[in-house]
Amino acid sequence: MRTFLKLKLVLLAMAAGSTLFSVPAVFAAEQFFPLLVYRSGPYAPNGIPFANGFVDYFNMINARDGGINGVKITYEECETGYATDRGVECYERLKGKGPTGASVISPLSTGITFALTEKTHTDKIPIITMGYGRSESVDGSVFQWNFPLLGSYWTAADILVQHVGNLNGGLNKLKGKKITLIYHDSPYGKEPIPLLEKRAKMHGFKFSKIPVTHPGVEQKSAWLQVRKNRPDYVFLWGWGIMNSTAIKEAAAVRYPRDKIYGVWWAGAEPDVRPAGAGAKGYQSITLQHSAGKTAVHADILKYVHDKGNGSGPKGDVGHVLYNRGMLNAVVSIEAVRTAQGKFGKKSLTGEQVRWGIENLDLDAKRIKELGIDGMMQPLKVSCSDHEGSRRARIHQWDGNNWNFVSDWIEADNSLLRPMVETAAANYAKDKGITPVTCKS
Amino acid sequence: MAFFIEVLISGLMAGVLYSLVALGFVLIFKASGVFNFAQGAMVLFAALTFVRLIDILSETFAPILLSLAITIVVMIVLAIVIERLVLRPLVNQPGISLFMATLGIAYFLDGFGQSIWGSDVYALDIGIPKDSMFILESVFEGGILVSSEDLVATLIAGVLVATLAIFFQRTRVGRALRAVADDHQAAQSVGIPLNYIWVVVWSVAGLVALVAGAVWGSKLGVQFSLSLIALKALPVLILGGFESVVGAIVGGLIIGVGEKLSEIYLGPIIGGGIENWFAYVLALFFLLFRPQGLFGEKHIDRV
Repeated sequence: MRTFLKLKLVLLAMAAGSTLFSVPAVFAAEQFFPLLVYRSGPYAPNGIPFANGFVDYFNMINARDGGINGVKITYEECETGYATDRGVECYERLKGKGPTGASVISPLSTGITFALTEKTHTDKIPIITMGYGRSESVDGSVFQWNFPLLGSYWTAADILVQHVGNLNGGLNKLKGKKITLIYHDSPYGKEPIPLLEKRAKMHGFKFSKIPVTHPGVEQKSAWLQVRKNRPDYVFLWGWGIMNSTAIKEAAAVRYPRDKIYGVWWAGAEPDVRPAGAGAKGYQSITLQHSAGKTAVHADILKYVHDKGNGSGPKGDVGHVLYNRGMLNAVVSIEAVRTAQGKFGKKSLTGEQVRWGIENLDLDAKRIKELGIDGMMQPLKVSCSDHEGSRRARIHQWDGNNWNFVSDWIEADNSLLRPMVETAAANYAKDKGITPVTCKS
Repeated sequence: MAFFIEVLISGLMAGVLYSLVALGFVLIFKASGVFNFAQGAMVLFAALTFVRLIDILSETFAPILLSLAITIVVMIVLAIVIERLVLRPLVNQPGISLFMATLGIAYFLDGFGQSIWGSDVYALDIGIPKDSMFILESVFEGGILVSSEDLVATLIAGVLVATLAIFFQRTRVGRALRAVADDHQAAQSVGIPLNYIWVVVWSVAGLVALVAGAVWGSKLGVQFSLSLIALKALPVLILGGFESVVGAIVGGLIIGVGEKLSEIYLGPIIGGGIENWFAYVLALFFLLFRPQGLFGEKHIDRV
């Protein structure tokens, strides 16, 4: 009899529990973010700090502010290993989670972005590709769901050409110079090629390109060609171990490191530290920010790391890729905050968050309030311009730290925009998309 | 001409490094007929253990030597565990089952190594010089580039092959290994313990993995990509034959030179980035004429 009673109690408790859990999740004030990360595999050294910055900022906002205007941030990580197929799997698994599904997705992979662009359009989930992805997705009339915020690869390539032009006394002085692109043989690495070819035609510099196959550990042939052809500048479009290997090989063939300019995905600590002293003088474009700490880092340390909830080593807070992950989280949250202004302080759908991103306006005052002063320029997104800002600086590795060596340089939109519109129109025609009419 | 010689030398040296990884495959295949898919993961695991232990033992009197000794012990323990938990239960099972088991070992070791030691890039400095040398500067303008790092790696590979040759030819255990390689059942019938031999051969393969990991790690930094180096060893094995130490060396040299020359002279014509797959094309081309590989044993089965 006693056993029966116990059983009855257990069953009652289970029933009560199931009632509790069956309360429709839609009423929970939560905003769900799927996080496609790579904490293992060949690209993990770069993926880990990025993911840590992302997660730490989310946790800090929850701990300090109680979420976004009281709406708690929830997230789930899914390991992609930087592989496109696994990235798509992660997306499919996470897109429906949370009370209103995925708010926004940031895959940190151009390959995954290519694979998800059509899916997110159908699923009505915005995709933020901060500093990567399809360059033509700047055109929001065609790519309504893609947001390559702060800079596309065409923007990066354009700024790099402008920078080396400035060093030579003007773009017209590049005539006869040789620029070689060493790139990761993937959609990511191939992105800057159309822009560089166009600039080469305009200014008369000789442009050559050398692909490096994944993961980029074997580059001897590439750098022997550099040694033979002696280009004036090398642009490096690598990721992961490819970057440090490139710098080591450059040192081996004695190519001057200060003539190599990496894209912003080749300008962080994991790219230079393994190359040791050989990396001194190496430069890269920044995605506006570099390494370093601002007011927001103090809050992250106080509310997250000091409470024992940091997602990585405390010493890594403020590193380049940590900051990038953190800024990606900042713009995602600010987009939700903007959307809340229109739709209310509740769990928002992906479609509503998309509106928030498209109407994102982070001016200098707001940037200061967010505690990220000096890390990014004002960002104003619109229907026709999903990039929002096209400015960057160059930083240089001195053997221990990154230091800015240029002022802000703005990409030439009069050159980029026609390219963006032509490529976007071709994509729309290809996929049968009717572009929306943008009022802004 | 100078450029061609440079490419040739760099190809030969790259080939030696591929051979280092291929040797591990050959050892296990020779002794047990198992294609050990986990050899790449063993390279990564050994290198990760080695580099992280150097960091942990940095305050001691000889961190590199101590780490080396401990890593050797770890690789021997790993061999014992693999023999007990994976190989022994699969005795007399079809070769494909053993191959699948090594696939499992590979994934386990990849994840286990990264869980314990981390996924960062760890710089490994074991004193191998990094500077390049320029030879024949009086003959060719700018000289011919020779990487001293690759040169040292070549010497290490040479010493390793010589040691393995002595081990196989001159020691009791080595002779037992060759006996097992020739005929399992015959070897067992004369009292050679198969399980013990498997432990020995996996231990030796583990040590070869450690040497390969240390050399590659010193060159690239120790990181997950080391396990992918195994893919570079596959065409070497196809070309050289799965059962021959000499084949691994000669195969490595041919593949190294072939892929570098193809990338530089053929690559620009067909878009570049071809060296990875061209290595396999080269290996398959050789197979057309010698299906067992250059130095592999010819098997004639009655049907």
